[in-house]
Amino acid sequence: MSEPTAIGEERSPIAGEERSAIAGEERSPIAGEERSAIADRASTGPQSPRVSTAASPGEERSPIVDRVSTAASLSREEKVRGIIETARAKRGKFRDEHVTMSHGAGGKATQSMIEGLFVPAFASETLRAMGDAGAVEVGGARLAMTTDSYVVKPIVFPGGSIGDLAVNGTVNDLSVAGARPVALSLSLVLEEGLPAAELRREVDAIAAAARAADVEVVTGDTKVVERGHCDSMYVCTTGIGHVDPRAQLSPAALRPGDRVIVSGTVGDHGTAIMLARGEFDLSSQIESDTRSLWPAVDALLSETGPALRCMRDATRGGVASVLNELARASNVAMLIQEAAVPVEPAVAGAAEILGIDPMYVANEGKMVVFVAPEAADAALATLRSVRGCERAAEIGEVRTEPPGMVLVETAFGGKRVMDQLVGDPLPRIC
Amino acid sequence: MKYVDEFRDPELGRVLAGEIVNLVEPGRHYKLMEVCGGHTHSIYKYGIDDLLPENVELVHGPGCPVCVIPMGRVDDGIAMAHQPNVIFTCFGDMMRIPGSDGSLLDAKADGADIRMVYSPLDALRIAMQNPDRDVVFFAIGFETTAPSTALTLKRARVEGVTNFFCMCNHVTIVPPLRALLDSPDLRLDGFIGPGHVSTVVGARPFEFIPVDYEKPIVVAGFEPLDVLQAVHMILTQLAEGRCEVENQYTRVVSYEGNLRALETLSEVFELRPHFEWRGLGFISQSGLRISEAYADFDAERRYEVPGVRVADPKACQCGEVLKGVIKPFDCKVFGTACTPERPIGTCMVSSEGACAAYYNYGRFAREREVV
Repeated sequence: MSEPTAIGEERSPIAGEERSAIAGEERSPIAGEERSAIADRASTGPQSPRVSTAASPGEERSPIVDRVSTAASLSREEKVRGIIETARAKRGKFRDEHVTMSHGAGGKATQSMIEGLFVPAFASETLRAMGDAGAVEVGGARLAMTTDSYVVKPIVFPGGSIGDLAVNGTVNDLSVAGARPVALSLSLVLEEGLPAAELRREVDAIAAAARAADVEVVTGDTKVVERGHCDSMYVCTTGIGHVDPRAQLSPAALRPGDRVIVSGTVGDHGTAIMLARGEFDLSSQIESDTRSLWPAVDALLSETGPALRCMRDATRGGVASVLNELARASNVAMLIQEAAVPVEPAVAGAAEILGIDPMYVANEGKMVVFVAPEAADAALATLRSVRGCERAAEIGEVRTEPPGMVLVETAFGGKRVMDQLVGDPLPRIC
Repeated sequence: MKYVDEFRDPELGRVLAGEIVNLVEPGRHYKLMEVCGGHTHSIYKYGIDDLLPENVELVHGPGCPVCVIPMGRVDDGIAMAHQPNVIFTCFGDMMRIPGSDGSLLDAKADGADIRMVYSPLDALRIAMQNPDRDVVFFAIGFETTAPSTALTLKRARVEGVTNFFCMCNHVTIVPPLRALLDSPDLRLDGFIGPGHVSTVVGARPFEFIPVDYEKPIVVAGFEPLDVLQAVHMILTQLAEGRCEVENQYTRVVSYEGNLRALETLSEVFELRPHFEWRGLGFISQSGLRISEAYADFDAERRYEVPGVRVADPKACQCGEVLKGVIKPFDCKVFGTACTPERPIGTCMVSSEGACAAYYNYGRFAREREVV
């Protein structure tokens, strides 16, 4: 508790002066006048009987007290925001007593575990960059490497299965890092009693997805655990790709004015999984969007080259988590136009009923692309020409203020913060 | 989405906002409380604050059912969850509410069998699927959700289920409103009435607000145009010197409420002499417990629990936030020691809590344009 406060105090001389100047010049005189006018009116206005019944010595004083507290609370609001932003800009700490489901949700808890435990433990500069894939030099060749475990439940869902995810998810982590996927490893953890037909079906799915993505499964491993020690099957894949020489991507490369593009409708995969579990008695035609993003990345690299700043596949935590991560990494703000975000009506309907924002729902074949403003139209046209990205849309823009934050202009016309995910709305979606 | 998008039309919103500007007396400050957490959530989610004139202030009230559960009740719930052979079920929001030593989520990580459900019927289903286990449902909510708990208990009786128990934390809406209005430090000009609760209780129970306290109240829906229209209706009453109960949410709420639901409530529940509210203390006749007729399903009669009253954390100012006396950021621990990831007070836990809504959605300088 004491730590963030101390930091906030350190910071306040810089931020505080600026802010109180704003508060002092623009707000308090007006607010003050407003207040004293209320006081005048209170004794003479149409509701005066009510006011006078309530009036007591304390009550009479309150317009003044009110005015003082308003001026004070304005600066306090500014100061508290400063403290919060400073605390949030710090690297996360892992202080929990137990691992809870929220550590796997891709939001704040996940981030604190990665930044507070893994990154310091391994002291790797490449890891510290925390891209979707890490880059390594091997004999002069630049390779990207990534790994991912798949624990989705149920293992088969509309639009795909765990096997499809295991290939496409890893292929996509390489692709958005600007690397052409080359080879995959395949590790399987199988539950005792798993029907052989299910295993065969998933192996076929893996083979088909690998063929479609043009990657080779070159090595593998199998473990079997007692019944009840895993849920049907878990799949882990590791992927290696060639970093494309056209790619000059960095999460810290975003500049004010850059455009934010999503490669298609958001929230399909998470919604499909959620409904496939049958917990809600809702039925729909929503299918997972699992697919390889390499063709889209390949086309974008050809078309926009260095104007392409950064890409992320919006899996767990959804588009909102990607935006927050990059706003922090580049120390920029983002302003998203809610009305511009493409959402399938069925996904919007399910999200509405369940009280979930589709921007936080997982995708398995969608990416967020950040591109220099002059290349935005070309990037959008290129994406839309690629299969699976026909509904790509520009959804917002990179700004300078307030740094590290994502704001949304709502379809209704107001503004709000779109924060990192807290907690876990939908466990085990990938 | 049909029947939803109509109530989110930005064009109509702008027109209504323009009319609201014409209604307010320049120089007068208006403080309106939205009682229900659902409204708080809508106001932030759609940025409705941005469309209101600067001198119309919305104060977030006590109507978030998760936020008002005191720590002692959470501790009791956790104690039940740790009983051997118990499957403990609750709504998702409830899982992160802090007790005196951790939340239900922590208890789950610690080995208790705690499952998130979306309706009490889901909990009953779990009981029927696990006849050799005891299934406890942690029931929360105002009169909005109490009928679904009541119907679930009736269903359990019809189905002959003997391993289903309910820990009843249902509360009623009128007593806390009266407690708020009696509070000397409260200064409000009117109320946006809780729409969901009113679908059950109707608009009539709020008549005491204009009669006894001379404040207008408008029962409102939860879409952004509903909220704006309710603000418009309250300001119109104030401008015309009226104070009445009005119903903006006529598409759902009838003046008399849902009589069948009310009947079911009185069959399954009875009023507690008093119930503790987080931040507001004990309020007479503000909570429901399971009636004698349904005693077999009462988890509180089945399990020994600590039943200890735990004082709200000292640093936490949830009570003042709930009363609208201070804004979330005025609280000493807001945003530093108390965040949505590690909430101290319950206003920070549920997305409908005043503090969490401000932290998640409102935490930027509206005066400064986004550049």
